[in-house]
Amino acid sequence: MPDQLVVEVKGAVAGYGEEAVLKGIDCTVRSGEVVALMGGSGSGKTTLLRLLTGQLPLREGEVTVFGERIAGAKRETIQRLRRRLGMLFQQGALFTDLTVFENVAWPLREHTRLPERIVRDLVWLKLEAVGLRGAASLYPAELSGGMARRVALARAIALDPELLLFDEPFAGLDPISLATVGLLIRRLNDALGAASVVVTHDVQESLAIVDYVYVILAGRIVAAGRPEEIRASDDPFVRQFVRGEVDGPAPFHYPAPPLTRTLLEERA
Amino acid sequence: MANSRFDLWVGLFVVVGVAALFFLAFQVSGAASARVTGETIQVVAYFDNIGGLKVKAPVKSAGVLVGRVTAIRLDPSTYRAEVTMAISRAVPFPKDTSAAILTAGLLGEQYVGLEAGAESEMLQDGDRIAVTQSAVVLEKLVGQFLVQRSAE
Amino acid sequence: MNRGEALLLEVGAFSRRLVTRVGRASLFLGAVLRRSQMPFARPRLLLREIYTAGVLTLSIVVVSGGFVGLVLGLQGYDTLQRFGSETALGSVVALSLLRELGPVIAALLFASRAGSAMTAEIGLMKATEQLDAMEVMAVDPIARVIAPKFWGGVLVMPLLAAVFSAVGVLGGWFIGVVVIGVDEGTFWSQMQGAVSWEEDVAGGVIKSAVFGVVVTWIALYQGWSCRPTAEGVSQAITRTVVLGALAVLAADFVLTAFMFIGV
Repeated sequence: MPDQLVVEVKGAVAGYGEEAVLKGIDCTVRSGEVVALMGGSGSGKTTLLRLLTGQLPLREGEVTVFGERIAGAKRETIQRLRRRLGMLFQQGALFTDLTVFENVAWPLREHTRLPERIVRDLVWLKLEAVGLRGAASLYPAELSGGMARRVALARAIALDPELLLFDEPFAGLDPISLATVGLLIRRLNDALGAASVVVTHDVQESLAIVDYVYVILAGRIVAAGRPEEIRASDDPFVRQFVRGEVDGPAPFHYPAPPLTRTLLEERA
Repeated sequence: MANSRFDLWVGLFVVVGVAALFFLAFQVSGAASARVTGETIQVVAYFDNIGGLKVKAPVKSAGVLVGRVTAIRLDPSTYRAEVTMAISRAVPFPKDTSAAILTAGLLGEQYVGLEAGAESEMLQDGDRIAVTQSAVVLEKLVGQFLVQRSAE
Repeated sequence: MNRGEALLLEVGAFSRRLVTRVGRASLFLGAVLRRSQMPFARPRLLLREIYTAGVLTLSIVVVSGGFVGLVLGLQGYDTLQRFGSETALGSVVALSLLRELGPVIAALLFASRAGSAMTAEIGLMKATEQLDAMEVMAVDPIARVIAPKFWGGVLVMPLLAAVFSAVGVLGGWFIGVVVIGVDEGTFWSQMQGAVSWEEDVAGGVIKSAVFGVVVTWIALYQGWSCRPTAEGVSQAITRTVVLGALAVLAADFVLTAFMFIGV
């Protein structure tokens, strides 16, 4: 079912405290696509992911996943949707008291009544897909950052999800691991025929693998397009973001009164 | 393998805990020996003064446990203490049995002592023990002693 | 604004925070109780918690119980022999252990050994997003992680208290009978005469079950609600031990007033 609408977000407003973090977001993800949500730290990218998983209530607008509305949905509906998606957390979020093998087996054991033999076969296949069959008996504490993320990826795809969510999959990785994880995201998405949403601020790495990009600034989408369009964009903020310049529309300074006033007030 | 190790330890733990509970129940509280087993009859006795007698206090005859005190109340018409006891049906007592409130040792707990009478008819459920002897109250005893001394 | 007003404001703000916190903790306990099917449908989850909360606490409970019993034997004998009633040693040792020391000290040890471990585990799972990951994998962390820990703690506590009391009585017996030479028969029969099964033994079990609920509840809530940072987790562990101990002592007072004195 190519080109099916998997995620649709319309005018979404949401946040934690008084002020909304997301101030009206529109975006769509279709099956087979890998979509990147890019933006600086604190721009609301992760908040958007939490909306998709039903972990955060929506204040305004509409969020539809697999054709079902998330806002106001019953608990059972949310649980049913969650079984069809896989999520990769920033630090992997592996269960530290279980081995790599048992981590990957966990969703299978929780949600299916498959016989042990089949569970083991499936886990070996998933570990093979991320290239870590040899690490099956290690504990998460014994893994490097990149390896932990690949194990978490194997766990996220254990139940063959139709939607994959990645929260900062590239953060804090060395260049080789970075390339490996990037390649895996693309390859697994295509193999599963799933849709993927990658939240990231790693511009070059994600531009290399994704089909479509949304650039978020302060809770609003400021640019959207295919990677080559984003690269060629002459929007000042997009240029600043893609090239990694210190100053530009996104200011270096956190909002503050003029320095002279702060200094004078200190004296007084 | 890890699972069977859990099972073993948890099993051991539960056995130790339950054994401790049994120890407390039977060796420490003596629940088994102190319980009046089998069917009982209820009898009532009136005392002028019960001293420190409490509900669940033992009822003994010749030092052997035969029952327990089940209720104590003040009779509103006579102002005497009404003590209800459950006594084992296995040991029938004659109708003219007497009851006394005694103390185990000088300062020990108080209990009801039954002294069997001579009649051939036995006490039935709900009967009343007519002859009673109240608790010895130490202060009264001392008082009497002093009065006697000063009278001499 | 004068100082009286400021003080009132302070008291008001404190009360508001207190009520909010107690309310949230109660909602949390309600949620745990409502989602408690899983530990009983999957006993293996419960077994693991009984292992970590019970088996791993057993050794310190046995050792402390033994020492407390030995001390009770010495102190009890020293006091009782002044009144010439050293034969009552058995009942003194048994009653103090069953009614107070067994449940209370076992609960304090449980709070600092098992309670702090529960808080740490949940706090770290929260800080490393493991609880979030579970939720996104359509597994309710309250049902899967919290509820088994809760029932494990509640089931384990009375057994630990019973072990503590039993070992303590044996300690008192060792000092009284073996070391000092109180008559063995008198020691036990005095004890059996003074200790009632319904009131003292069962009362102690009820007390310790209540302590189990209180300590486990505090430990789990502190872990669940802590700030997901290293500092937040360590503060939560401290609070578990401190609040747990205070709550046990306060609950002990209330329970004693109701059960033994009959207020």
